[in-house]
Amino acid sequence: MRVTGSEIFMKCLQAEGVHTAFGHPGGAILHGYDVMLDYPLRHILCRHEQVAIHAVEGYYKASGQTGTAIVTSGPGATNTVTGLTDALMDSMAIVVFTGQVPTAVMGCDAFQEADVVGTTRTCTKHNFLALKTEELPRIIKEAYHIARSGRPGPVLVDLPKDIIMGRAEFKGYPEEVSIRGYNPSVNGHPGQIRKAVELIAAARRPVIYGGGGIIHADASAELTELVNLTQIPTTLTLMGLGALDTSHPLWLGMLGMHGTYTANMCMVHTDLMIAIGPRFDDRVTGKLSEFAKNCKIIHVDIDPTSIRKNVHVDVPIVGDVKRVLTQLNAELRKIKRDWRKDLEEWYGQIAEWQRTHPLRYHQAPDAAIKPQYAIEQIYKVTEEHDPIVATGVGQHQMWAAQYYRGHQPRRFITSGGLGTMGFGFPAALGAQAAFPDKLVIDIDGDGSFQMTMQDLITCVQYNLPVKIFLVNNRYLGMVRQWQELFYGKRYSQVDLEIQPDFVKLAEACGAVGLRAERPGDVRPLIEKAVSTPGPVVVDLVCEREENCYPMIPAGSAIRDIIDTDEPIPDKLFQGWR
Amino acid sequence: MTDPKHYRKHTLAILVENHQGVLAKIASLIAAKGYNIDSLSVAETPDATVSRMTLSVHGDEWVMEQVVKQLHRIIDVIKVVDLTDESHVGREMIFVRVNAEPVNRAEILRIAEIFRGRVVDVTPTTYTLEITGEAGKIEAVLELLQPFGIQEVVRSGILAIARGSKTITKREEGRLRLAGRKQAVAE
Repeated sequence: MRVTGSEIFMKCLQAEGVHTAFGHPGGAILHGYDVMLDYPLRHILCRHEQVAIHAVEGYYKASGQTGTAIVTSGPGATNTVTGLTDALMDSMAIVVFTGQVPTAVMGCDAFQEADVVGTTRTCTKHNFLALKTEELPRIIKEAYHIARSGRPGPVLVDLPKDIIMGRAEFKGYPEEVSIRGYNPSVNGHPGQIRKAVELIAAARRPVIYGGGGIIHADASAELTELVNLTQIPTTLTLMGLGALDTSHPLWLGMLGMHGTYTANMCMVHTDLMIAIGPRFDDRVTGKLSEFAKNCKIIHVDIDPTSIRKNVHVDVPIVGDVKRVLTQLNAELRKIKRDWRKDLEEWYGQIAEWQRTHPLRYHQAPDAAIKPQYAIEQIYKVTEEHDPIVATGVGQHQMWAAQYYRGHQPRRFITSGGLGTMGFGFPAALGAQAAFPDKLVIDIDGDGSFQMTMQDLITCVQYNLPVKIFLVNNRYLGMVRQWQELFYGKRYSQVDLEIQPDFVKLAEACGAVGLRAERPGDVRPLIEKAVSTPGPVVVDLVCEREENCYPMIPAGSAIRDIIDTDEPIPDKLFQGWR
Repeated sequence: MTDPKHYRKHTLAILVENHQGVLAKIASLIAAKGYNIDSLSVAETPDATVSRMTLSVHGDEWVMEQVVKQLHRIIDVIKVVDLTDESHVGREMIFVRVNAEPVNRAEILRIAEIFRGRVVDVTPTTYTLEITGEAGKIEAVLELLQPFGIQEVVRSGILAIARGSKTITKREEGRLRLAGRKQAVAE
């Protein structure tokens, strides 16, 4: 039977197992939205396409299921560019369908026309322009396959109006994919595995440096086994948080620009860096010429282009992190070594760093709320719910990474590579759509939240009970911190003193708004937010000029890390371990 | 990690899907990474679903490792072979329109003959020559024609093919095996 392209599109989504999509309709994609009414697809209407894409990212990161977005041509499509770039940097498996003007007028500056395939060429893993209705099943199948296999990434499918309105025979959704130029490696080379094992068995000051690849490969159990087998202290990147339970005794804290002193010092003094699924981002390496000068590096990654891109690697292992870790663990189990005894000196050094440079802050009971305190309280109140935590970008993001001690993978969702302000709230919205009954928290900054807050109404409409905690310092805090530290405190365009009343804003959308202004209010209000049904915005009015430490200034060597000058209190937050 | 002092010219043979937009993908990838393409030539192969490109680019070992990996990362790229260190034949072709005053006409024809060029168009005041050869030969002939007054040059960029009986497809497999052996030896 000959059916329309839109029907083929919907049938293919159904066959692919897509039950939720985020998006926004418009002229060129109207026909698709019309046919959608006859299919069981749950579509969440976001008020801005950027929100739809970040929601899809949140949906993917929380659930591991490839996310789907549908938008129209022209502005609908160009509004997805930030999200696509974000997804490419952070390896998020998403598929975005964009409407397009009819093929006959493509290139003629038609209404709402944009060269979407051209525009998104460098911000997608792959993109397609459908030129024949009968090709849709193959293209859609390939799009989902490419998005989730290998190093995950965003794929865009451009659907001209005449292609989705045209008719073709639907012969079913293809079961197999064969793309001759695309065969991602899976197993690590056995010879390389052996070399890695030899290095690990001989190391005296090893450190495991894990990245987002562990999360994407669902290899957190294998990583934990590696840590337990070898007793090697472990740090994770921002994107890798959750891959190792933060209550693990060998957890060093996050590394990088705002990572713990200990984790960063381990990177300086190690003799063997075991890099599993990271990409040696500049926020981790600091000054490259000073990075990893006295150590060997093992780098496991599914993406060959990540290997030796920024740093020299002694043992590169290209492969799926889960498979490679399984291979490594199998070999390491055969090694007879008293790991703990051999690493005793190293543990001693680490304990000393932890004792002298813990994460710390001081909250006076009668002073303004410290952002770290607020986040620590959110953690303490909500930990038992095992929530999904999303963040925006800036100081609050780094404090959340430091003080919200996650225990599980796919529970911490943040924009790492691109650093997209406005990411947190839509990502939380998407995660909540994936897990309607789970506690989903957005720890956001007042600056970040203002970029995408219009979609609060979407949460209300679809009953997505996201709890939004605003670490509100009425500043673009991270920019202000840099201006304070590196630009002689000349504050330029960072003051957000004039801002909406977030409580009223929440109420205007039919959500609940709460405000804490004193340290004593924080905990009760968090408890209230968690027990209140529906979306809640909690405005945590914080100390304005608190700085985020430790900090490695951009372009500096790791050893030039600046620690806070706060004295070390008697009773410490446990997060530094 | 990279050092322009060690840059040299590399010639890559690339097989790609013959889709629209593939050339743009490759060109924009190379540009986005900051590498400079010296020349690029592309045309369909006997298999109409596949195009073959010859890409000439400057770089050291690190740059080339990145270029080749990045090219492989493009879904539409089927195979990439760096011919630089293998025995291969590389040729460029030019058309050159040169002033040909009566007094110089014989000399220009002699130069064309020495370089095995052909005259493809004649006017009372110009010759248009077709010349094929390696980059050095092309440079030499252009230098010799310069004094007469060159009006226009169009240059094809390099076309390259490996010597020997193996095709690019088989060669690629051979290279993979070789890489495996190298790794084994290194261990």
